[in-house]
Amino acid sequence: MERSRRRFLKTAGLAAAALGTAPVVKSLAAQTKVLPSPKAFKGQQWAMIVDMRQLTEEDIAAAVKACHTVHNVPQIPSVKEEIKWIWPAEYENAFPGQATRYANLPEKFHGKHFPLLCNHCENPPCCRVCPTKATFKRPEDGIVLMDFHRCIGCRFCMAACPFGARSFNFSDPRPYLPNGQAPNPEFPTRARGVVEKCNFCAERLAVGQVPACVEAVESGALVFGDLADPESQVRKLLRENFAIRRKAELGTGPNIYYIV
Amino acid sequence: MLEKALTGSKRYWSWLTFLLVVIGVGFGCYLWQFLVGLKITGLSRDVSWGLYIAQLTFLVGVAASGVMLVLPYYLHNAKAFGRITILGEFMAVGAIIMCGLFVFVDLGKPMRILNVMLYPRPNSILFWDMVVLNTYMGLNLIIGWTVMSAERKWVKPPDWVKPLIYISIPFAVSIHTVTAFLYAGLPGRHLWLTAIMAARFLSSAFAAGPALLIVLALVIRRLTRFDPGREAIHKLSLIVTYTLIINMFFLGLEFFTAFYSQIPGHMQSLQYLYGGLEGHAKLVPWMWVSGILAIICIFIMLVPAARANHALLGTTCVAIFIALWIDKGLGLIVGGFIPNPLEQIREYSPTAPEILITLGIYALGALVVTVLYKVAVSIKEETGGELAPH
Repeated sequence: MERSRRRFLKTAGLAAAALGTAPVVKSLAAQTKVLPSPKAFKGQQWAMIVDMRQLTEEDIAAAVKACHTVHNVPQIPSVKEEIKWIWPAEYENAFPGQATRYANLPEKFHGKHFPLLCNHCENPPCCRVCPTKATFKRPEDGIVLMDFHRCIGCRFCMAACPFGARSFNFSDPRPYLPNGQAPNPEFPTRARGVVEKCNFCAERLAVGQVPACVEAVESGALVFGDLADPESQVRKLLRENFAIRRKAELGTGPNIYYIV
Repeated sequence: MLEKALTGSKRYWSWLTFLLVVIGVGFGCYLWQFLVGLKITGLSRDVSWGLYIAQLTFLVGVAASGVMLVLPYYLHNAKAFGRITILGEFMAVGAIIMCGLFVFVDLGKPMRILNVMLYPRPNSILFWDMVVLNTYMGLNLIIGWTVMSAERKWVKPPDWVKPLIYISIPFAVSIHTVTAFLYAGLPGRHLWLTAIMAARFLSSAFAAGPALLIVLALVIRRLTRFDPGREAIHKLSLIVTYTLIINMFFLGLEFFTAFYSQIPGHMQSLQYLYGGLEGHAKLVPWMWVSGILAIICIFIMLVPAARANHALLGTTCVAIFIALWIDKGLGLIVGGFIPNPLEQIREYSPTAPEILITLGIYALGALVVTVLYKVAVSIKEETGGELAPH
């Protein structure tokens, strides 16, 4: 009896102390709030224009290499377990249903590959289906992001994405880092069991850098900008050129445009 | 009451031992998967769900089919079912436990599973699937156990259980509807993007589940002193007959829409499943076995004399269960991923550890059902299966 009362008082005292200090802890935590860098780019809906007239195969290779190096994307040889954020594809795979038996693409595009990546849709089905909000559309700039620490690896988003933009870490990705390098310390490596995809270089935009793929393509065939800004380079290009989007008929609102 | 599961014949114990061995093997394989990741399965970037999620889909149907006993008995006073509603309810409990485990083993990060409750997103169908499945399992466990306790004491079940029974009826429909919505609302997956997906799920469930119940009832009659009753089995066989016909009709509707419209996306998965696509045809023999079995079974089940012959009925029900399992527990989920969004074909076949984990979960479900049935049947043997007057 005596002992249990003492234990009760002890527990109650500890609980009261915890309750009392909670506001202090909270206010300390509030002080560590991260402010955005003054250099950070601001936009309402980021988008990318791929100018296929200028883009070369070397450009695509450079973009893939830059992206996968910056983001520690593992290079897994098996097609089954492959992880890719941006990759080349042929016309009939990039735009299924568009290709006809008589080539309907101007001759200068024949044999060329289209770079594919997450479309950062306006109405992304992947975010709708995620049961834990581990993937979400960032309200301030429209980027579809992943929280690698919350993802439970159910792969519902992979079934929902009509663009095949998402990859799953079937095994530990770290032994497969690009070119056997040490990881880029600026970006986290992933653990086995989570989904990943292109993040439009959200971490680079935050410090005033353009996406790695855009930077790597020296011809300027990849153009990144804010669709909501009528003066932006992307809006200008769309005003002056005809551009297509992948599977626009599904209503997801892809934000990657291809000028052909 | 659980003590009744602790005494049994030698045959009972050897069956449990056998199940425990299969569970042990499956658990061992799961530990391996847990340590190295889902790479030990046949899943890929393109076919990102396979055997596990297909079993979830199929077994939700088996669970929902318990309502085929509960609804006629409680809403239409179909007295014949009174003796065996408990079998339907406990089968549902076993099936849902398996469903939960199949989701669990499919997760890349199982230790984070509570995130579904910590950060719920009501837009996600998976969230709702979890809610309705758990509620339905709870309802069945409470209802089954309470009614059984009352039966044992030869008293009428308490009044509070009635509302729960009525709630469980729409919940049975809801679990399979919500499960169909996992697939039916995804843009760009043409095989699944069909308004009759939930209807197809329910019809195949109400054929496969009662077919399994008939088999279980026949087994119980042979192995124990409890007779589930000829009348109940007869009524169930009618339900199986008509739902199986409706299911095949729905499948025909899918074929019509795809092939009369000639829209490539709508045809491709069906072509892959039933004829092969660009030389890839791994599932074709399976799908034909399923279709032909189902049609033969319809013709057998339509003959009253065949339904009355319990040896033939049992065999036919096993065949129906297999036919519907192939259709839903294999073809439907895998077929939805082929071709992939880039119209490339990457096939899928489960690996040995994946199959062993699957069998382990089935064995665990069988163990749960065996123990619950053992208790239920022991009580039925004491009371002769008669119910206290209501």
